[in-house]
Amino acid sequence: MDAIGTLLRLGWEFLVYLVTVLPDMLPIILGLATPLALGALCGVIGERSGVVNIGIEGIMLMAAFFGYLTGFALHTTIGSGPSLALGIVVAVFVGALLGLVHAWLTVSVRADQIIAGTMMNIAAFGVTGYLNRLIITPSGLGGAGVIAPFRIPDTLANLPLVGPVLVMFFDQGPIAMSVVFIVIILQVALFRTKWGLRTRAVGEHPKAADTVGIDVYRQRYQNVILGCALAGLAGAFLTLESTGSFQNGMTGGRGFIALAAMIFGRWTPLGAFGGALLFGTATALGVVINVRVPEGDLGTLLKSIPTFWYAALPYLMTIVILAGVVGRSTPPAADGVAYVKEGKG
Amino acid sequence: MNRARTVARQIWQVASIPFLAIVLAFIVAAVVIVVSSLFTSTGFEPLLPLAAYGSLLAGAFGSDNAIYNTLVAAAPLILGGLAVGLGFKAGLFNIGVAGQFLVGAFAAAVVGANLADAPGAIGVVLATAAGALAGAAFGFIPGFLKARTGAHEVVTTIMLNNAAVLLLTWAVNDLVRAPGFSFPRTGPIGNSALPILLGRNLHLGIPLAILTVFAVRWLLDRTTIGFEIRTVGQNPNAARYAGMRPVFITALTMTLSGLLAGVAGAIQMLGVIGFYAPGITASVGFDSIAVALLGRSNPIGILFAAILFGAFRAGAPLMQIETSVPVEVIDIIQALVILFLAADLIVRRVFRIRAPKAEIVELKTVTQSWAGGAASGAPPS
Amino acid sequence: MSDEQPVLEMRGVTKRFPTGTLANDTIDLDVGRGEIHALLGENGAGKSTLMNILYGLVTPDAGEILIDGQPVTIQGPADAIARGIGMVHQHFMLVPVLSVAENVVLGNEIVRAGQLLDLGEAAEQIKLFARKLGFDIDPGTRIDQLSVGQQQRVEILKAIYRNARILVLDEPTAVLTPQETREIFEVFRRLRAEGASVIFISHKLDEVLEIADRITVIRRGKVVGSRKPAATNENELAELMVGRAVNLRVDRGRSHPGDVALEVAGLRAKDDRGHEALRGLDLVVRAGEIVGIAGVAGNGQDEIVESLMGLRRPTAGTVRLAGEELTRATVDHRRDRGMSFVPADRQRFGLVLTYPIDDNLALTRYGDPPFAGGLAGIIRNFRAIAENAVRLMKEFDIRAPGPKALAATLSGGNQQKVIVAREFGQEVRLLVLDQPTRGLDVGSIEFIHKQVIARRDRGAAVLLISAELDEVLELSDRILVVFRGNIVGSFAAEEAQREKIGLLMATGAARA
Repeated sequence: MDAIGTLLRLGWEFLVYLVTVLPDMLPIILGLATPLALGALCGVIGERSGVVNIGIEGIMLMAAFFGYLTGFALHTTIGSGPSLALGIVVAVFVGALLGLVHAWLTVSVRADQIIAGTMMNIAAFGVTGYLNRLIITPSGLGGAGVIAPFRIPDTLANLPLVGPVLVMFFDQGPIAMSVVFIVIILQVALFRTKWGLRTRAVGEHPKAADTVGIDVYRQRYQNVILGCALAGLAGAFLTLESTGSFQNGMTGGRGFIALAAMIFGRWTPLGAFGGALLFGTATALGVVINVRVPEGDLGTLLKSIPTFWYAALPYLMTIVILAGVVGRSTPPAADGVAYVKEGKG
Repeated sequence: MNRARTVARQIWQVASIPFLAIVLAFIVAAVVIVVSSLFTSTGFEPLLPLAAYGSLLAGAFGSDNAIYNTLVAAAPLILGGLAVGLGFKAGLFNIGVAGQFLVGAFAAAVVGANLADAPGAIGVVLATAAGALAGAAFGFIPGFLKARTGAHEVVTTIMLNNAAVLLLTWAVNDLVRAPGFSFPRTGPIGNSALPILLGRNLHLGIPLAILTVFAVRWLLDRTTIGFEIRTVGQNPNAARYAGMRPVFITALTMTLSGLLAGVAGAIQMLGVIGFYAPGITASVGFDSIAVALLGRSNPIGILFAAILFGAFRAGAPLMQIETSVPVEVIDIIQALVILFLAADLIVRRVFRIRAPKAEIVELKTVTQSWAGGAASGAPPS
Repeated sequence: MSDEQPVLEMRGVTKRFPTGTLANDTIDLDVGRGEIHALLGENGAGKSTLMNILYGLVTPDAGEILIDGQPVTIQGPADAIARGIGMVHQHFMLVPVLSVAENVVLGNEIVRAGQLLDLGEAAEQIKLFARKLGFDIDPGTRIDQLSVGQQQRVEILKAIYRNARILVLDEPTAVLTPQETREIFEVFRRLRAEGASVIFISHKLDEVLEIADRITVIRRGKVVGSRKPAATNENELAELMVGRAVNLRVDRGRSHPGDVALEVAGLRAKDDRGHEALRGLDLVVRAGEIVGIAGVAGNGQDEIVESLMGLRRPTAGTVRLAGEELTRATVDHRRDRGMSFVPADRQRFGLVLTYPIDDNLALTRYGDPPFAGGLAGIIRNFRAIAENAVRLMKEFDIRAPGPKALAATLSGGNQQKVIVAREFGQEVRLLVLDQPTRGLDVGSIEFIHKQVIARRDRGAAVLLISAELDEVLELSDRILVVFRGNIVGSFAAEEAQREKIGLLMATGAARA
């Protein structure tokens, strides 16, 4: 009985604590969630069309690197601002290009989709590590810096209740702010437009789509490229809006956590965004707990947990969510199955 | 004479595409090297790849020491490749070899350090067993989750890889930190080190790894358990119909796979490194995937592929020293090899050969079970 | 039907597949305006290929197609649709999670502002077409909530929405009850009245004679005859189809039922989606008798088989074999006790296609002597496996280069023979057969039916589940009808009447 009482008390203290640190957490949640959300959207668009892409991690990394490289190479000649902007463009382009490769491998060559994605990851680590060591590290120079975030006026930020929410969504860099719009647009597009209907048909029953004259290959190509462009944007965020530098392997598993967010969100853009926010919140909590330690019994309890548990939280959460959610939600029926147009040969 | 010809033709049938994939990968990598030389301070060097590959070869086979280095580098790859290959046979993709390797190495380091003064035989055996158990545990978790919940091992193993690094860093810093050193590390393993057999570094782990190849082959081909593993990988539905238990096999295979990876970590620890410190990275994770694919999930094929990749890893440092080509070019080659194996159509077109597709049939099960689909063989509740 | 220009002519159509099979051999076909035309032939004769060529899914090696006398090239379904050809496949081309309206407009969507779907307008048009064809449908329903007959009508609506004047249907009645068959024939007549032509592929002689205006028979890729129904009969058509005089009915002989072998009582089970599939099902099969279960697909047949096999755990009820309760026994244990199963999906459950024949023949007893021995039974005995394969291949006439040939290289008929050889080849107490002859040629069907009867006469109890009502009627000594997870009717073979059974299948009640 006593144990239950303690648990309840700790739970209550935890809730109170959450409310007190919420204003500290909110501004950073969206930033933490952005690469996850964009990665998850990449996954959603691809898998809704029937193509599995576990190479999102690699695509993010490559795009992050080449975006950084652009800024690094150009900022002394054309200035920070333009080189950062160009860096975003390059990153998105790299993402789309790698999407083309993935689409070619999975749709035309019909290679195994998981292997194709793994290859993308290995290639990304290899290429970025190679070029990093060859070009950037020896120079000892830095990159173009970080995109200045948009700032909302103090009067809005200080509004009660609404203020922190406004800060969360609008006191951010351009990429993070665009995420919400991209999510909404994709949600409408997937379920209310011609493109969305054809995408879903191609992912559920490509043969049916084929027999009414839809070009399954082309639909899949387009969607994979589009999705991977978003993954490229995520990469741009990491090096141009979030940190301003590049480290080998800096994506740190985000591409895979994004997949968990996608599955958690039942392959819908809104759901994926929700999943990304969930992970972002958990990570934010991990950060904040070290800075503003709670008092009382809760504080002692939390202080005694070794710090690596907080750092490992996103990874463990992914495992738990996958174990709990997968199998209970259904992916598109033709997900992961290469489509073969029959009998034309 | 005819017999030799038939055997040669059979070997060519099986090995042609992997072999040519490597050749093509080296050619493409050469282009990468040449193009990227444009951006370096030394400028454009069109013949750089030749020098680089020459150094690579010298570093791998150019002397007795080089050959020993190659074999030493190959040993963990043999076991890691077997780990991934065994997983493939059951339709599972174990990307967690990196994490399983690390926990295996750590466990061996800790047990080895504790038994540093005990008789060598005891220390070696127990430390290796500890590594095996640790790896098995890290294989069991994703295996069990896949079997019971359908959570795909591709994601859970990678998550565990990341978590393992964090866990072990904390463990070395706070739990088992050996006193008297300027940086966090485990204690010296003393007598628990694997005895050196030849040269400076050819340790007992190499013959052990080779023996394991034959053990795994025996398991897969001659036993009913091996038959179950293969059937679950080829057709989980038929496996259930035949009275097999895909749930059990899935968990068992991932556990065995983790065990092999853990032993890889153990022998690397006891034969080469000698202590565990945070920051030890393992390229063995991705290397094992390339090795398993090159070897077509076949234990003998994996043996040869592992020696080949061991050669690459052993020779790369010399290449970087002599020609300044970064060692990461091996990662690029590795990715290219996988690309050409996955898209073997390219290899067949470029070299105009007619060979059966290089695909690994069980990979279909890996992909089809992506989101808990029926192919996972999980019984409906 | 008249002497005017045929709406469709196919001349000299030839197609050889990369595997070497000559699917179509200089086929000529013409179909008149407002005509119901049947393409008759057994499985594998080439009828589907011909229609796939017409619909642009397959490119012919030679031949031409004329519509209203004009030669046309059809390079894909889009072309075919543009020319007024619509196709309803045997396996429906409907996306289960989308609605009727979404499926009908897919590919020819009605949009506002370029991209936004206008499903309201689509719904209106669909309701209009449906009424013209004599039925009602709610365009907002998801496909996976419709019955098979309703889904088929959605497929027809898809074609009408695209202004099809030639409607091709591949084995439309394969999955329908007798009542639904009558209803779909009524739709055909309405289409004919509107001036459209209907081509339907079938292997069912009685239906073809009932509804078609003209019948073209195809055998092994060639046209072997074209008849008007009034001028022919079942026997002549059967002979044209197969090329020799055919025994339309296999001689079942008398059964001599013995003790109760299988007893199922109060069986309840859930399906994959968690809904109740079996609701207290009872059935009894005696040794030496064949009990057939008739029913529309989806009324619990899969769950019955899976529960009997041990692949699905019932939520209540018992399964007894010769008195021993096996309700929760493992698959292995059931086989030990003498149960054998021939699954419906032979490639998914019955075989491992990438294994050789000998491994497949030992697949279900791989862990027991003689196939495994030494070291606590885990070492496989390759010699025993090989001997078993040679013996069974001879006994069941399995045509293959040798026991090491991969199962994937076998024809459908031979694959099924492998499964049958494996499951029949022991002393079985209970044989459960699920769609045992689906998609097979007449020769293989005859062979398997004879084997089933032989086993019955040797004392096995046989439970047969088949969507082909004819097969059930032909083989069974006793016929049960399953409806929504219960047995709703039981008849001895002599008293079975098609109409009554069809009614029970469709409605679960003896009276409409």
